[in-house]
Amino acid sequence: MRISHKKKLTGLLFISPFLVGFVAFYLRSLIQTVQFSISDVTLGQGAGFTLSFAGLRHYIFAMSAHGSFRQDLTVSILDMMIDVPLIIFLSLFMALLLNQQFKGRTMARAIFFLPVILNSEAIAAAISMARAMMMGGMSPMAADIVEASTSGSVNIGYYLYMLRELALPAGLLDYVVGAVTRINYIITASGVQLVIFIAALQSISPAMYEVAKIEGATSYETFWKVTFPLVLPLIVTNIVYTVVDSFTRSQVVELSYRTIFEFHNYPLGSVISLVSMLLVCTLLFFVSSAISKRTHYHN
Amino acid sequence: MHMITQGKQKWAGLRGNRQLENEKQRAIRIGKSWLFKLVRFTLIAGISYVILGPMIGIVANSFFSNADKYSPIVYLIPQAPTLERYRLAIMRMDYWNVLLNMLVYVGVVTILQVLVCSLVGYGFARFHFPFKNLAFACVVIMIVIPSHSVMLPLYMTFQNFNPLGIVGLFNGGRGLNLLTTPYPMVIMTLFGSGLRSGLYIYIFTQFFRGLPKEIEEAAEIDGAGTAYTYLRIMMPNAMPAVITVAIFSLVWQYNDTFFARLFLISPDIVLSKKITSLQASISNLDRILDPSISMLYVYAGIVLMIIPIIALYVLLQKRFIEGVERSGIVG
Repeated sequence: MRISHKKKLTGLLFISPFLVGFVAFYLRSLIQTVQFSISDVTLGQGAGFTLSFAGLRHYIFAMSAHGSFRQDLTVSILDMMIDVPLIIFLSLFMALLLNQQFKGRTMARAIFFLPVILNSEAIAAAISMARAMMMGGMSPMAADIVEASTSGSVNIGYYLYMLRELALPAGLLDYVVGAVTRINYIITASGVQLVIFIAALQSISPAMYEVAKIEGATSYETFWKVTFPLVLPLIVTNIVYTVVDSFTRSQVVELSYRTIFEFHNYPLGSVISLVSMLLVCTLLFFVSSAISKRTHYHN
Repeated sequence: MHMITQGKQKWAGLRGNRQLENEKQRAIRIGKSWLFKLVRFTLIAGISYVILGPMIGIVANSFFSNADKYSPIVYLIPQAPTLERYRLAIMRMDYWNVLLNMLVYVGVVTILQVLVCSLVGYGFARFHFPFKNLAFACVVIMIVIPSHSVMLPLYMTFQNFNPLGIVGLFNGGRGLNLLTTPYPMVIMTLFGSGLRSGLYIYIFTQFFRGLPKEIEEAAEIDGAGTAYTYLRIMMPNAMPAVITVAIFSLVWQYNDTFFARLFLISPDIVLSKKITSLQASISNLDRILDPSISMLYVYAGIVLMIIPIIALYVLLQKRFIEGVERSGIVG
């Protein structure tokens, strides 16, 4: 056996666990999901079931007749569109802050990385459930709003009214207000992105900044001409991560979980999964290819 | 008139004074830097507060006694602190046993993640074989398409686990039902498709790519085999990536609720499930029916759940941050 052949085989051997896992768990599951979505499933005894071809009936049902699918999908995608840019900006901003030298930097970093490790749905769920119980079954979201508007003596509604009277565009105002009320979520959701950006900033060679300084660039120019282009590839990575992360917590995923495991409607649940997944993937594809065009890669 | 000319002359004298000019510039520079520091401090303090705020509230509340909860003058610092919340929460959650089980489960999965993902990452970074790009595209697909989209088939696979009919041979043609056990997660991790394995493979691939090839060439010339090179030479060099992946994996697996829910993993192994049901069991078993009081027990439970993670983080914090800075996340 030639050495090059042997090397190829060793390489395949190294990645073989992944290949097996991918085919057995992902590819097979994807194919099965598609299969379920175009069939009628009759549950048999134990884990058994039989499939009969149903065409696109379930897709048509989900898109035209289902009670909440379209709404949940729209809300999830809209939330994503509001959150993703904010999370990216905020985490880049925090990374720039933490990348400077100052007293107490280690502690600030330790605190800023906390959301990465405290990002537990269980804790969030326990709190919101307890809160819902306390409010007598009102949704936790409503509880938040009530709490925010009654605690303290500040009447937020009044200020909002004033701003609206100043003829600020309603869309912009809604966006900003939405961002402010979600600041908690946005900060806690940007932990990993912050980690990635800090790593990126650390990897920029100091020589670049030295050159910029000697050429007389202000720090504003340095940011746009040196730092920003060099972290741009990581912005793509972070967008992908953020979109996927917020998708996994979105209402659509919850809806498909409930459809499958509470109502045992396997085909419909599969349709919901597939449609939302495809939508998110196309979104990701367009965004990342739009940014990649402007990106300069080193290698 | 005389006064004005005198003033003007004085003014001209001052403007010509280099020393004063320099002093002024310096004062402005110092002022600017102070202002900048102030703004930076305010921002960092504000963001830290948003992050720590809920935690401070939860920790403080978990020490409240009944009287404190309803006292209008108590804010954050209880007048009659009590450990009662912790006592009952530990009992109802069966805390020590569950924590031990959980740590074993999470530990095993993490070790597997590090081993398998580094193996695969090394394969991608150092060897050339046919369809390598296609295989790497699969890694990216795994990152982009979360398991949430394929949950039903995964559930079914492990409800009737019968790979290639091998298990069926010993079990009368029927597969094993692995639900409620932690094995589905262990098996998936073993084959590089566990919780966020795609991301870890990506991190390891990028890191190994960044290491100089000469190390391995030297090892090869000295007669080291591939396995030896990987285990004894590459892995020690990949410590930053190993630490990053280990911490991510540990923490995310510990906090994971999706797979725990999907595979119906028993609450005796998963602490987060105990938290979710803590309030119900306390109000039903102990007849503590006031929701704002039983909430205090949930707070204590939350503190109990995050303490191990915080302890780990404090221990490894420095190495984690170094690891992040040097690991291949950025490529």
